[in-house]
Amino acid sequence: MSAISASEKVDGFTRKSMRKAQKQRKSQGSSQYRTQSAPVELSPLPQLKDAPSTEQQELFTQKLQQCCMLFDFLDSVTDLKSKEIKRATLNELVDYVSTNRGVLVETAYPEITDMICTNIFRTLPPSENPDFDPEEDEPTLEASWPHIQLVYEFLLRFLENPDFQPSIAKRYIDQKFVLQLLELFDSEDPRERDFLKTILHRIYGKFLGLRAFIRKQINNIFLRFIYETEHFNGVAELLEILGSIINGFALPLKAEHKQFLMKVLIPLHTAKALSLFHAQLAYCVVQFLEKDPTLTEPVIRGLLKFWPKTCSQKEVMFLGEIEEILDVIEPTQFKKIQEPLFKQISKCVANPHFQVAERALYFWNNEYILSLIEENIDKILPIMFGSLYRISKEHWNPTIVALVYNVLKTLMEMNCTLFDELTSSYKADRQREKKKEQERDELWKQLEELRLSNPTLVQNNCHGLPSVQNNNNNNSNNNNNNSNNNNDHQDKSVDAAAVATDDDDPDVSVAANESTPCAK
Amino acid sequence: TNLQQRRREGPAAALLWQKPRSAAQQRHSVTAILSKMAGADGDDSLYPIAVLIDELRNEDVQLRLNSIKKLSTIALALGVERTRTELLPFLTDTIYDEDEVLLALAEQLGNFTMLVGGPEYVHCLLPPLESLATVEETVVRDKAVESLRKISQEHSPVDLEVHFEPLVKRLASGDWFTSRTSACGLFSVCYPRVSSTVKAEIRQHFRTLCSDDTPMVRRAAASKLGEFAKVLELDYVKSDIISLFTALASDEQDSVRLLAVEACVSIATLLPQEDLETLVMPTLRQAAEDKSWRVRYMVADKFSELQKAVGPEITKNDLVPAFQNLLKDCEAEVRAAAANKVKEFCENLPEDSREQIIMTHILPCVKELVSDTNQHVKSALASVIMGLSTILGKDNTIEHLLPLFLAQLKDECPEVRLNIISNLDCVNEVIGIRQLSQSLLPAIVELAEDAKWRVRLAIIEYMPLLAGQLGVEFFDEKLNTLCMAWLIDHVYAIREAATCNLMKLVEKFGAEWAQNTIVPKVLGMANDPNYLHRMTTLFCINALSEACGQDITTKQMLPVVLKMSNDQVANVRFNVAKSLQKIGPVLDSNALQTEVKPVLEKLATDTDMDVKYFAQEAISVLALA
Repeated sequence: MSAISASEKVDGFTRKSMRKAQKQRKSQGSSQYRTQSAPVELSPLPQLKDAPSTEQQELFTQKLQQCCMLFDFLDSVTDLKSKEIKRATLNELVDYVSTNRGVLVETAYPEITDMICTNIFRTLPPSENPDFDPEEDEPTLEASWPHIQLVYEFLLRFLENPDFQPSIAKRYIDQKFVLQLLELFDSEDPRERDFLKTILHRIYGKFLGLRAFIRKQINNIFLRFIYETEHFNGVAELLEILGSIINGFALPLKAEHKQFLMKVLIPLHTAKALSLFHAQLAYCVVQFLEKDPTLTEPVIRGLLKFWPKTCSQKEVMFLGEIEEILDVIEPTQFKKIQEPLFKQISKCVANPHFQVAERALYFWNNEYILSLIEENIDKILPIMFGSLYRISKEHWNPTIVALVYNVLKTLMEMNCTLFDELTSSYKADRQREKKKEQERDELWKQLEELRLSNPTLVQNNCHGLPSVQNNNNNNSNNNNNNSNNNNDHQDKSVDAAAVATDDDDPDVSVAANESTPCAK
Repeated sequence: TNLQQRRREGPAAALLWQKPRSAAQQRHSVTAILSKMAGADGDDSLYPIAVLIDELRNEDVQLRLNSIKKLSTIALALGVERTRTELLPFLTDTIYDEDEVLLALAEQLGNFTMLVGGPEYVHCLLPPLESLATVEETVVRDKAVESLRKISQEHSPVDLEVHFEPLVKRLASGDWFTSRTSACGLFSVCYPRVSSTVKAEIRQHFRTLCSDDTPMVRRAAASKLGEFAKVLELDYVKSDIISLFTALASDEQDSVRLLAVEACVSIATLLPQEDLETLVMPTLRQAAEDKSWRVRYMVADKFSELQKAVGPEITKNDLVPAFQNLLKDCEAEVRAAAANKVKEFCENLPEDSREQIIMTHILPCVKELVSDTNQHVKSALASVIMGLSTILGKDNTIEHLLPLFLAQLKDECPEVRLNIISNLDCVNEVIGIRQLSQSLLPAIVELAEDAKWRVRLAIIEYMPLLAGQLGVEFFDEKLNTLCMAWLIDHVYAIREAATCNLMKLVEKFGAEWAQNTIVPKVLGMANDPNYLHRMTTLFCINALSEACGQDITTKQMLPVVLKMSNDQVANVRFNVAKSLQKIGPVLDSNALQTEVKPVLEKLATDTDMDVKYFAQEAISVLALA
């Protein structure tokens, strides 16, 4: 074992570069089912272009069958010759279906799909790295890619061939085929997922009978991802396909589609790995809203329900999506949602994470959003004022403070009378809030005492309930009287404290002074 | 229908529910409650529900959560009658909130039976729980099902049929998958206590869910199949369950198939031996060779349970070859799961043919796994392989297993070596550890110097055990230096563990041994230029004084500690105070008064406030003031 340097002993964690190097070494996986009997050696067949046209079809079939032989790519030295023959044959087949007309006779369909199924449909291997972080780590690449890539290429050319007849192909490209294809989207290899995306899109376009089925299965994959496994590599690709599908939905939207939006797309926002597919997801959501603006309110309420509480990166993404939605929102819809929405935005601008605050404050650079705010300034200003005013003094980041001043100025210009009112009532409002909080604490303290004074409840055994009930009332009477006295005291001290802290604060006067010219 | 209606109204109700209340409104309601609380003439029993409602509508989730968590307090204050007629309807109608609040509610309601008036009224809890069982979020739904299962036991058989079973049926035929998923967990709790007509209906519902359109529901049904089979009459197990089992085990999705493997254990346990071959084995064989590694993994993972469930004959004929295949599986995950089961599988083999099966069928596979390409496989094997020695006896162990142990002790992966060392006691019982000691030493030394401190920590923890097994001479000769070297490790956790290790060694080898081998070295570190090492001396003294006894502590350790009170580093000085407090009880009162007291008094006037603090603490604990 090599000598270990002192620094390595100290932190005990291997350097990232070392970890990376280790990973690199084994970033080759294969999922081909490896227990099949050893491959037979392939012998090269004559070239299709050299064969007389009468024999071409037969040779085509033979080549397809030859390509059903699978090889072990984890072992890079075995069957080199046969692997090369298969590779060349696949290349030739790709070429053959993309450049020739009239090669897709009915009898070829089962042979073609058979070859494709044998090669691409497999159970994906366990991830080499169980804590695979798609943003940080290198994906495990499919070892048999040299062959699989060509098979995908072939499938694509097959689907795109002008002679391709869905009415014949639907016997082979059926629900089972699609289901297996969808499972492959979990592949860690981005090259494979990219091919799958294009292929599924072609299939969705050509096989009308499979459309509903495909949508339903994608639904299931997403629901499993959200509620069961939280793991699926192909979410972004599937969403990309859906983005273009949604575009084509007929109006009015079917209940099925609305359900998909509300019960699948919105909950997808809860995923830990949102950053990997957020762009595609937001695109889908906006597509829906452009189709049917009446969905705006439930969508925004849904986003507010799942608003990230601890993850700032996700919060920035949510704000980005909200802006995209606001870009297309109708003023009537905006009115319906402005209050809860701006309560959230006012929390965001006050976020100690400056990127969150900054992202929220950028809304004020958007002309359309500004016009919406201006139209509803009497509703929005009271919601926003408190936190803007507070952070204009308290935020640690000077950029944010500067942005906040600009925003306050903009808002003031929109309705300076209201602004002045809010400025002068700010202190009183804060005091009231504090008092209210105090009162609430008191209330719960009382209830707690009530519970503690009631041994039966503590033991969660309520056999003597009626008599307990009486006790209870007596107790609460006493408590009430006592606490009321206490309350008075508490309130006084709180008031004093609140005044004191506000005096410490730098005063509102800056903003108030600025507002005077406008008032005149 | 009631439920569906409610569900349809959900979003609308939600609007009202989340409608932001103005500050004024809120102020009003809080003060109203306060005045009610203060007013002697008001109806005081009213205030808890008012508080609850007000708090439940608060914008702040935390406050809503608080009030839900205190639901039982409120219910108690309301009394059973009003809890049933006002609180529960209120909760049922307004269920639309953050999942966190719903989770708390689902949990609370499971313990509410007494608060609504006992078993007689327990069915009042069903409506809110039914709604919660249809929620999207899995944790909420699962909690609601858990609570429903709990309160089902409190229903009388009549109430179960009148109230509970209809709920299960409604859930089972809900249009969104969540309610059907929840239904799967409720069949088995009501089945045993209902009439035979209702039983037939329940079986029918379960059957339908097993072939549900969505894989989520099929997975839920498959995971409850074993549990449901257990409450069914044997005839129905044979007629109904087996066909469901077979269907689920050949589902198109591997996530469903693998759950059928789990059910296989329960089903096989229920059936008489003569039926197993025809009813269960074909499916099990198929699962062991499934094309998805996840299913094969599940078979490997459940292998001991399966083995017990199918009995010795089938084990000999079927499971042995299946197990061999799993040990040779192409996916490392599967091999690792199977390797984990090697010992248990061998232990549970029928005694008459155990040795023969192990020697001819299992051991060859095990030998291959020792040099597996995947470290998880090797380390899984290393954690159980030593257990084979007790099964195979001395001669076989020496001839066949010892070479494997030795190979694993030299494995490149520290986890493998560690797993071998941590299980040495099994071998010790059979052949004695001496056989291994030559290979053991280099392995231990390497682990002791591993770059990962967690590996070093793990090996330290086995030191006392090893010392006991290897004997004092071997230890002094080979391992003592290691134990001392850990005391100056760069990582505090290692130094701490090393200190603790010394204490255990002294307990094992006695005070005299300590005096000769350990104490001088430990005390020598008191002069080290590194203050961390000087502190280690103090920590060792803290740990060793009791085991070493009064004589050694007073004569050898105390002078060193007292001398260190003049150390220039404050951390050392306040640790002197702490050490004196710690070893004080071991010392006699003379030493305490004449030697310890003056030093502590001096430290109590130290310039550093921490030193002062700990010195004063020691003075008061040792009652020297």
